[in-house]
Amino acid sequence: MSNVLTRDVLIKWAPLIVLLVLVLFFTMMEPRFFSLRNFARIGISSAPALMVAIGVTFIIIMGSIDLSMEGTVSVCAVVFAFAFIALGGTLASWAWLAIPLALLVGGAIGFVNGLVHVLLKIPSFMASLAMGFVGTGFALLLTGGDRIRVEDDLFRSLLTERWFGFPIMCYVALLFLLIAWFIQSRTTLGRNFYAVGGGEELAHASGLNVNRVRIMGFALAGIFYAVGALLAVGRIGIAETATGSNFMFVSITSVVVGGTALWGGIGGVWNTLIGVLIVNVINNGMVVIGLPGYVQDGVLGILVIAAVVLSTDRKSVTFVK
Amino acid sequence: MYELINVDKKFPGVHALKSVDFKIGRGEIVGLVGENGAGKSTLMKVIYGAYQPDGGDITIDGTKVRFQNPRQAMDHGIGMVFQEQSLITNLTVMENIFLGFEQQFVSYGVINWKAMAEAARKQLAKVKLDIDPATTTSKLSFAQRQLVELAKVLTLEERIDGDLVILLDEPTSVLAKEEVELLFSLVRELTKRASFIFVSHRMDEVLDLSDRIYVMKDGEVVDVVAHDDADVDAIQHKMVGRDVDKEYYREQKQKPYQAEAKPLVAFNDVSVAGKYSDISFDLRPGEVLCLVGTEGSGREAILRTIFGLETPSSGTVALKGETVTKFNAQAGVANGVGYIPRERKVEGIVAGMNVYENMTLSQMGNYANSGVLRIGEEKSLAKQWIDRLAIKTPDVYKDCGGLSGGNQQKVVLAKWRSAGSDIILLDHPTRGLDIGAKEDVYDMVREMSDDGVGIILVADTLEEAIGLSHSIIVLKDGVAQKRFDCSPGDKPSLYDLVHHMI
Repeated sequence: MSNVLTRDVLIKWAPLIVLLVLVLFFTMMEPRFFSLRNFARIGISSAPALMVAIGVTFIIIMGSIDLSMEGTVSVCAVVFAFAFIALGGTLASWAWLAIPLALLVGGAIGFVNGLVHVLLKIPSFMASLAMGFVGTGFALLLTGGDRIRVEDDLFRSLLTERWFGFPIMCYVALLFLLIAWFIQSRTTLGRNFYAVGGGEELAHASGLNVNRVRIMGFALAGIFYAVGALLAVGRIGIAETATGSNFMFVSITSVVVGGTALWGGIGGVWNTLIGVLIVNVINNGMVVIGLPGYVQDGVLGILVIAAVVLSTDRKSVTFVK
Repeated sequence: MYELINVDKKFPGVHALKSVDFKIGRGEIVGLVGENGAGKSTLMKVIYGAYQPDGGDITIDGTKVRFQNPRQAMDHGIGMVFQEQSLITNLTVMENIFLGFEQQFVSYGVINWKAMAEAARKQLAKVKLDIDPATTTSKLSFAQRQLVELAKVLTLEERIDGDLVILLDEPTSVLAKEEVELLFSLVRELTKRASFIFVSHRMDEVLDLSDRIYVMKDGEVVDVVAHDDADVDAIQHKMVGRDVDKEYYREQKQKPYQAEAKPLVAFNDVSVAGKYSDISFDLRPGEVLCLVGTEGSGREAILRTIFGLETPSSGTVALKGETVTKFNAQAGVANGVGYIPRERKVEGIVAGMNVYENMTLSQMGNYANSGVLRIGEEKSLAKQWIDRLAIKTPDVYKDCGGLSGGNQQKVVLAKWRSAGSDIILLDHPTRGLDIGAKEDVYDMVREMSDDGVGIILVADTLEEAIGLSHSIIVLKDGVAQKRFDCSPGDKPSLYDLVHHMI
């Protein structure tokens, strides 16, 4: 290789470089940014978003899109909170069953999502957007607009208990990141995601059951949304309809900024980790250096466009719909 | 009046046009014939401005011109009636006719639909088509659409002062006999105003309509025949005439197939509506069966049926003695069928996935325990096949999209062979490969035959078909015309095949 700095190499490492530059920039602007306390803050805000973003990463690798995360997260959070309180209200009792229940609900919503998309042949963005609204509405129906407090100390130790300065929820997120990585790189399901995203025709012509892969993908994404919901509840101690708010923009932005291609086949969960960190470093850094919130959104928007521009080989794409 | 002088066109790896001279006079109808890949479509594209020639001149009435795009060619009176229906089916007939030229009906930014309908009616009258110009195009028959295409091109009459040259690319392929005659009489009438270039696979039609016929082969014009001197046999000989090198196709390695063995594939009067009808054959272990015919003769559809991508409307298909009841790709793979499609980039390899991932794509179940992949085994499988087929790749981690065409093809072959497929369907396996890579593919075909694999081949050229196969079935319009036996030393000639193809 005579030319080390090829476009491919640049694309591969660009997200990490952007992250490092951002950290450097904010540190220069405000040295307090570069502290364990602040990094823990970034970690706390990143953990739920990372779970949701990992879920949607799988879908985007398949070349589809899932917009149901806000509704799914809300439903999972609310169902979890109700079940948790009904079963005893502390992790030390049978209430721990609320955790697998929430994961099951997330997976079920994703499964239905996939069924609607595949069997009714509705484009994934539309099917999942609709499912998301259904979810948000359902969550509102369950709560009647109330907030449900989850005040169990054991559960809240997700946030309050710290190891090496970071709360437990960061380690939980890390664990699920590793699980996601395992699924992505070591299982037939993960391989199938790439095959469907890289060449659906070919995957079909190689005897893969593409529909089954899609449905499984949506179900898997739903489970990760549920994990995100649990961490979100653990973070603020409240489950409500609004628990899912804003996850759509943050997660999809993170996936794209992390370098996973929107048309599928390229990228992965590590890209998503970097993407989530970039988004949260920007959010956090701007607060730390004292810029108003609307600037953050603007910067993120520009970053998304830059990321897509960088990762698109425009010579090979003639029409964009 | 319109003339190409010494026109040259090169693509990476292909010399598509070799100093072609082409001339068409006022009111003349010129036929253009040649095998697939002889350079007809490239020549057409140069004429109507889609390609710019690398060398040579284009002149109109002696003046040199150069077209950057089809629009500029249109401004010089050159129009194209496309083989693939180029009308936008959700628009109305008149919108299609004036697509891109609506400005003439616009005042203050608003289209005057009445005026456009009136103008469209005038165009439709030229092709004797009596339909409402406000009809949505999708409601028309194929024949009507073909006429609308012609009407669209004939708007050049009003726009251009000079002479017109109109290209007709396979205009008759979707038409019935009476419709063809109607079209021909129309074309003859229109020669008062325009000259026509007529491309068709149907030799009788070309002979019938054309004043002169250009015969192309390998990017060259090999002959120009006047209407009165034209002779089908002579033209066909010129289209294909070249010597076949027996070594090149590994003919010496061709061994007799196991004619007594149980057939791997048995077709019994199989039809797929609209694609082919009443096809019967047996494929035995070690046999290379080649399906020969023009584009759309049903070759690909037969391959797709065997693999399970098409469901027959009648007849029975048996794989290894078992009658197939469920036609889908999963069942095909499970039955040991491997499909190597023409579009490697689309259906052959997944770009972005590496060598071993591509190789195990169709057999992941064999390399996984309850969904968890045994990647070490995948890698050693890939290494083994990289050695066996001499695949040129730095390592098993290389993205297959970055391999050369020949090596991609080898990865695809390895994918099916390593999965134990013993019925291999090859659709244009050498298309776009350079000579060395082609020879590798031929070697692989022979090796697979020796291993008792049955191969159904749709070859890139007729020589390839003859050189590689044990048997050949010639298809025309979805019907089997003739079966040839191709034992080494007793192979049919190109001419024998062409005779039945067109």
